[in-house]
Amino acid sequence: MMNTLLVASEVKKTFIMHMRGGVELPVVANVSFSLKAGACAVLGGPSGVGKSSILKMLYGNYGCDSGQILVSHHGRHVDIASADPRLVLEIRRDTIGYVSQFLRAVPRVSALDVAAEPLMIRGVAQEAAHKRARDLFAELNLPEKLWSLPPATFSGGEQQRVNIARGFITDHPILLLDEPTASLDAANREVVIDLIARKKADGAALLGIFHDHDVRHAVADDVIDVSGFAAGKSAA
Amino acid sequence: MSLSETLDAPADEIAPAASKPLLSVNQLTRVYGSRIGCADVSFDLWPGEVLAIVGESGSGKTTLLNCISSRMTPTCGTVHYRMRDGASADIYKMAEAERRYLMRTDWGFVHQNPIDGLRMTVSAGANVGERLMAVGNRHYGNIRNTAIEWLSRVEIGEDRVDDQPRTFSGGMRQRLQIARNLVTEPRLVFMDEPTGGLDVSVQARLLDLLRGLVSDLGLAVVVVTHDLAVARLLSDRMIVMKEGRVIEAGLTDRVLDDPRAPYTQLLVSSILQV
Repeated sequence: MMNTLLVASEVKKTFIMHMRGGVELPVVANVSFSLKAGACAVLGGPSGVGKSSILKMLYGNYGCDSGQILVSHHGRHVDIASADPRLVLEIRRDTIGYVSQFLRAVPRVSALDVAAEPLMIRGVAQEAAHKRARDLFAELNLPEKLWSLPPATFSGGEQQRVNIARGFITDHPILLLDEPTASLDAANREVVIDLIARKKADGAALLGIFHDHDVRHAVADDVIDVSGFAAGKSAA
Repeated sequence: MSLSETLDAPADEIAPAASKPLLSVNQLTRVYGSRIGCADVSFDLWPGEVLAIVGESGSGKTTLLNCISSRMTPTCGTVHYRMRDGASADIYKMAEAERRYLMRTDWGFVHQNPIDGLRMTVSAGANVGERLMAVGNRHYGNIRNTAIEWLSRVEIGEDRVDDQPRTFSGGMRQRLQIARNLVTEPRLVFMDEPTGGLDVSVQARLLDLLRGLVSDLGLAVVVVTHDLAVARLLSDRMIVMKEGRVIEAGLTDRVLDDPRAPYTQLLVSSILQV
């Protein structure tokens, strides 16, 4: 029996746009699913259905109106939906990793430091963290001349590979992936598929959004249809 | 079956994530006659945590910073600080001398305008060395070496150690002010618009430097800024103020990416995209 590492239960999210007269924008409702160790689940459904919003709520980046997101963290379970900021940061440091769709580049910080940072904030020495980042960059075919440069001027695909290295560098038990292969060529998509397979073998629980059919087919153990959580549906 | 039974981890209350707060601000209020400077502000700050206080000019953020750093007496409310011996002290019940010693050693204050935090007519080295002497260092050679070391940490060359900050650019002055504050290895640093008034390229360099120092030294920081990009880059948590009151508070990226209060939505939507 596989371990369940995360359970989302009846999660609801609505945006209230105060700048537009308080119009309510329902995003999702009744989001319920669980993530198991050693498996990759995929969020399915058309654009705009709320897939990214679900990932962001799981990461504590978006708040939830109601519901629970229970995570196995340091041997106990905690509810991200109601966790205080310090606990959310601790969960991000040790339990939930996230590969965002776009890299948020910080001026003057090299690609190597961007990728190594999640290890360094966990206390890994710079040398060891950089070595791991270099290994991942090499595997992802990121040209070596870029490694010591800040990624702000990189192409979309290069930035995405820095982001992937940053997300995969730790051994977080849960990993969230927001279209990690969107700007990659076929060869690098294969590398990411392989990285995901290794994470699964290591017992991580993954949840991703993949618009690329081949990638989805290669990695998905389970498809969660987000259309079923469309906010309108459950409003009655 | 309850939710908790579906997870394999044992049921438990959320554990308090280590230690006690370094600073506890409780219902702090400062009024100027009938006008509110800041009202009913409460928060805790833990060791190593960076808190940004954001809001427009006149929102009360500088008044709040001055009240929690003992530079201005609040009308009511309390500020407790955990001393190095672990005891919690009400900073407004301390003797004046004790509070001054705390400010010179365990705390730092980085002003928006470096002129307010530096002595412009003594050398850069002396600006840094002065704080060391205040904590009892007397050996000239050691003080000078430590000063040079700190100047290099803030990217000021050894050849400038004997120059007065009058001869420095704005960015260098700000870096010197930071070195002067950090040389005594404080645990808590207050910053008032530390990048205000600097060119963007100079800002980027300073922010990068601050980020590195804060994480290397494990500093707790309260930084006041009107610049949301600075808050995103430097802080873990943020407080949004308007008309002296806290409008919204929380994890920095949550507040910026999913703002709830109308005023926060206005602030976030007012940022120009480059």
